[in-house]
Amino acid sequence: MWSTVTSRRRRGRTVFRDAALVAGKDLRIELRSRVGLNQVLPLAVLMLVLFAFALDPDTGVLERATPGLFWVAVLLCGLLAVQRAFAIEVADGVTDSLRLSALDPGAVFLGKAAAVGLQLLVLQALLLAGVIVLYDAAPSGWPLLAATCLVATVGIAGAGTLYGVLAAGVRVRETLLPLLLLPVLAPVLLAATRAFEAGFDGRSGEGWPWVGLLAAFALVYIVAGLFGFGALLEES
Amino acid sequence: MTAETTAAPTGTSSRGSRLLGVVTLAGLALVVVLAFVATAADTDMGESVRLIYVHVPVVTAAYLGILATTVGSIMFLWKRSEWWDLVAASSAEVSAVFMGLTLVVGMIWGKPTWGVYWVWDARLTSTLVLFLLLLGYQAVRRTSVDPLVRGKRSAIVGLLLLPNVVIVNRSVEWWRSLHQEPTLLRLDPTIEGLQLFTLVLAIAVATLLLGWLVIHRFRLAWLQDQVDRRWLVDAIDERRAEVPA
Repeated sequence: MWSTVTSRRRRGRTVFRDAALVAGKDLRIELRSRVGLNQVLPLAVLMLVLFAFALDPDTGVLERATPGLFWVAVLLCGLLAVQRAFAIEVADGVTDSLRLSALDPGAVFLGKAAAVGLQLLVLQALLLAGVIVLYDAAPSGWPLLAATCLVATVGIAGAGTLYGVLAAGVRVRETLLPLLLLPVLAPVLLAATRAFEAGFDGRSGEGWPWVGLLAAFALVYIVAGLFGFGALLEES
Repeated sequence: MTAETTAAPTGTSSRGSRLLGVVTLAGLALVVVLAFVATAADTDMGESVRLIYVHVPVVTAAYLGILATTVGSIMFLWKRSEWWDLVAASSAEVSAVFMGLTLVVGMIWGKPTWGVYWVWDARLTSTLVLFLLLLGYQAVRRTSVDPLVRGKRSAIVGLLLLPNVVIVNRSVEWWRSLHQEPTLLRLDPTIEGLQLFTLVLAIAVATLLLGWLVIHRFRLAWLQDQVDRRWLVDAIDERRAEVPA
């Protein structure tokens, strides 16, 4: 009895250590290659500019649509981050090494999701600064906004990593991933936008139920990823 | 090769499926007569009520098909058998067609009844997202020829179809209720007599039609896999024959 408890505890500790290793590897590659910094972040700013061209800033439409545009930009740029996270694995057959490394597949999932999530948080910080400067947005409910960003990021990173590995080994992955992932992330876009609207208008109380919905979504995909990732990693 | 020991069928029909087909076609003919001739037009909706006899049965059958996909996906992950994989895939494909039909018929009905083709109602929105997810499933099916790889990938996508729809449906419903949208005029279950009988019969016939199509699609997919496997075996034999003894 005691031995199983301690072994389970030891296994749990190993999972987190393995996850930290994988996340560290991905983030180190990102820091050295600077693809996110040099390409994805400028693209996010470019999107803000394009939205302003499409919706005339003088008519007030842009201001009202700001929360939605923010999250559309996060989703589209997040898609690139997910694609990048698996492009680095497929390139030199790293997936095979990952499988041979005897790392727990669940830990690989958590590690990759954590690395994607961290990049998404940086992206959101930049986009938030962007909408404040460019769209003259005046957010007020900061605890709500921070919680929304954090929980939505877990959901996007979890679902993104699960569908990312599914599409990773496929020749048509660039076109397959958006088709699979974006309909799945529709509730995240909806809930995060409503929460941001409440935060921007100073009605924080109305935003918290949406954070709950985001948390439920994140939970579903973290659990699905922990159990499904191993089977998919084998085949990618 | 255990597959080669079974007798090679020359088509996708059998006595059972032919009988099912005849019953389905006869049922369809009866539904057409009842829906377009025998039943009266609705006092509120007029002639457009007849679309209900297509819309409701088709969407019911589509959901049954998706249930079969979920069950097939779970069973594949458990048993790893090609049979369950093909059950999931065949019913997903037929369900995608039925879902598309549901959306089109619903929009044709919506224009004269609501004045618009589309409203962002929870049921409509989740049906549309489900249709898109089914298209994604079809795309995953075409990514690999290896049955095991294809099966695992599509089983995960198939398994997540229903949870996704539930989350989308809940979130959209919540969104609309927070906005205090006026609730739409819905077809209340006030129909009775011949109209009710027609609707129930149409649902039964649509379910039979789904079953009939899934059986044929399943057999076609199975034969296709046999051909693919056979092609590989033949090619290897050919190369072996080329090597001088």
